[in-house]
Amino acid sequence: MPETDRPRISTPHVAIRGVTKRFQVGDGEVDALARIDVTIVHGEFVCLIGASGCGKSTLLRIVAGFEEPTTGEVSVEGKPVTGPGSDRGMVFQDYALFPWMTVKQNIGFGPRQRQLPRKEVDEIADEFVRLVGLERAANRYPNQLSGGMKQRVAIARVLANHANILLMDEPFGALDALTREQLQRELLQIWSRSRVTILFVTHSVEEAALLADRVLVMSAGPGRIESDIAIDLPRPRDVSSPEFNAVRRDLARRLTSHISPTRNLETVA
Amino acid sequence: MSEQVTALPETTDQSTPEAPSAARRRRRLVEQVRTVALGIGFPIVLILLWDRAVAMTGTRLVPSPREVAVMMYDFSFGGVYDDAFSATILTHVWKSMTRVYGGFFLAALIGIPLGLMIGRIKLLRQLLDPTINVLRPIPVTAWLPLSMIFFGLGPNAAIFLVFLGAFYPILLNTIFGVRSVDVRLFEAAAMLGCKGSAMFRQVVFPASLPSIFNGLRIAHGFAWILIVVGEMTGVPTGLGSVIMDGRTLSRTDLVVTGMIVIGVCGFVTDRIIVVISNRVLQWSPQHHA
Repeated sequence: MPETDRPRISTPHVAIRGVTKRFQVGDGEVDALARIDVTIVHGEFVCLIGASGCGKSTLLRIVAGFEEPTTGEVSVEGKPVTGPGSDRGMVFQDYALFPWMTVKQNIGFGPRQRQLPRKEVDEIADEFVRLVGLERAANRYPNQLSGGMKQRVAIARVLANHANILLMDEPFGALDALTREQLQRELLQIWSRSRVTILFVTHSVEEAALLADRVLVMSAGPGRIESDIAIDLPRPRDVSSPEFNAVRRDLARRLTSHISPTRNLETVA
Repeated sequence: MSEQVTALPETTDQSTPEAPSAARRRRRLVEQVRTVALGIGFPIVLILLWDRAVAMTGTRLVPSPREVAVMMYDFSFGGVYDDAFSATILTHVWKSMTRVYGGFFLAALIGIPLGLMIGRIKLLRQLLDPTINVLRPIPVTAWLPLSMIFFGLGPNAAIFLVFLGAFYPILLNTIFGVRSVDVRLFEAAAMLGCKGSAMFRQVVFPASLPSIFNGLRIAHGFAWILIVVGEMTGVPTGLGSVIMDGRTLSRTDLVVTGMIVIGVCGFVTDRIIVVISNRVLQWSPQHHA
C-alpha cells in the first residue's frame, strides 16, 4: 500500500464530463442521467445521495465501466474509461462474492488474474485478510459469514487488487445498525491509511455527513447533480455535535427540496 | 432435506470445534439405523409379496425370488447350470460400464463446454437453441435404426445411444446453470481483471457447477436406463445383451437377474456421484443430496 502520510494532491483522479444516460425500456426510452459534470481529486471521499431512481447507481456503474454513457466521457487519471478495470473496485450492496471460493481465495482473486506467482498471491491475500481482521475466517466460504464479514471481504478483494478508486453502491445498506457503524469506522480507517479515492452511493443523509469530504446531492427525472457540498468537519466526527447536526439538516433540506417540488407537481397533475 | 438441516450447524460452527455431545451422537446413530432399516425393509417386503404371488398363481412365466437368487449365484460364481452365462457377471458388467461411461463422459465432454458457451454467448444461443429443442424430444429408441447405419453393429452404436440420452440433460442443466448465475459475479470478476477464457474457467464454470452436477446425475441415470436399448444393437456381451438373450431363450430368471445387476450398478455409481458432488459443492448450502 502507499505510504501513510502522502499529501493530498489536487489533480483530478476521476473526471466525469457531459455524461448522459438513456435507457431503452420496452418501446420507449427513459433519460436516467441528464448531463453530469464532476471532477474528483485524488484521495477524496465523495458521497452521492439522492432518492431512489435518481440515477446515482447508474452513474457509479458508468464510472465502473459496466455501462456506457449515452454521451460524454469518464476518464481516470486522464485516460478514458472503456470498460471495467482493476483500478476501479466496485463494492456491491449484495457483496457479489464468489460463493465457491473461501475468504482468502476471494481476496486473492484479483492478484491471481495478474498471473503472479502462487506464493506472492498467497502473501497478498494474507495481508488483506489481516487488514480487514478476518484471519480466523480465512478458510470459510461466503455462506458461512455474516453480512458485515462479507462486506469486509468485498472491500479487501478490491484493495488487494490495487484499486485506488473504490466505488461503493450502498455497501452498508443491508447491514444492521451496529455492524454498519463499525464498518463505517473501519472504512474511514482504511481510507485514511491508504488514501484511496472513494465514490460512495447512499440514500442516508447521516451516512453521507459522517463519511464524506464532499457530498453530491442528486435529483431524479432525469438525474442531475443539484448541490455539491464540501464538509469540513474534522474527523472522527461526533454525530451528536451541533455542527454535525447542522450539516445533516442542511443535506436533508437540500435533498427534500429537490424531491418535493416534483412530488407536488405530480399530485397536482 | 432433514440431512441438510442437521448438517448445517457443523459447518458454520468452525470457530468452536467441540465434539458433539453424547446424546446428540446417540440420536444421530438411531436416525442412521432407522434410515437403513426402512430403506432395506421395503424391498424385503416386496420380495416376500413377489414370492407369495408367484406361489399362489402357480405361474411358470415369472420366476420366484429363489430361482432368481440361484441364477444370480450362478451368474456370479458358476457351479449350478454351468452354461454360457455362468460366472460371467464381471465380463458383462465391465462391458456395459465401458458403454455407459463411454457415452456418459462423451456427453459431459461435449455438453458442458457447449452449454457454458450457449449460456454465455447470445449468438450461439440464437443459432442452436431451436435445433436443440426440436431434436431433444425425439426418443433415443427412434435413433436405433440410424445409429446402426452410422456405426454398424457393435459397441459404438450403443455408446452413441447412451450419449444421446445423457447429452440433453447435461447440456440443458449447464445452460440453465449459466443463465441463473448472478450477473454481478461476472461484473465483479471483470472488474478484478478476469476476461476471456479465464472467465469461463474461473467463474462461469464453477458458478454453474451445482446445476451441472444436477444434469450429470440425471444423465447418469439415463445412461444406465439406455444401456439395454444400446445393447439391443447386436453386441454379444453386456448386461443389456444378457437381458435380450434371456428374452429370446425365455429365461426370465436371467432377465430379472440382469435387471437387478443393472439396478445395483446404477445405484452404487449414483451414490459415488452424490459423494463427489457433495465434496465439490461444499460451498453451496443448497446442494446436499
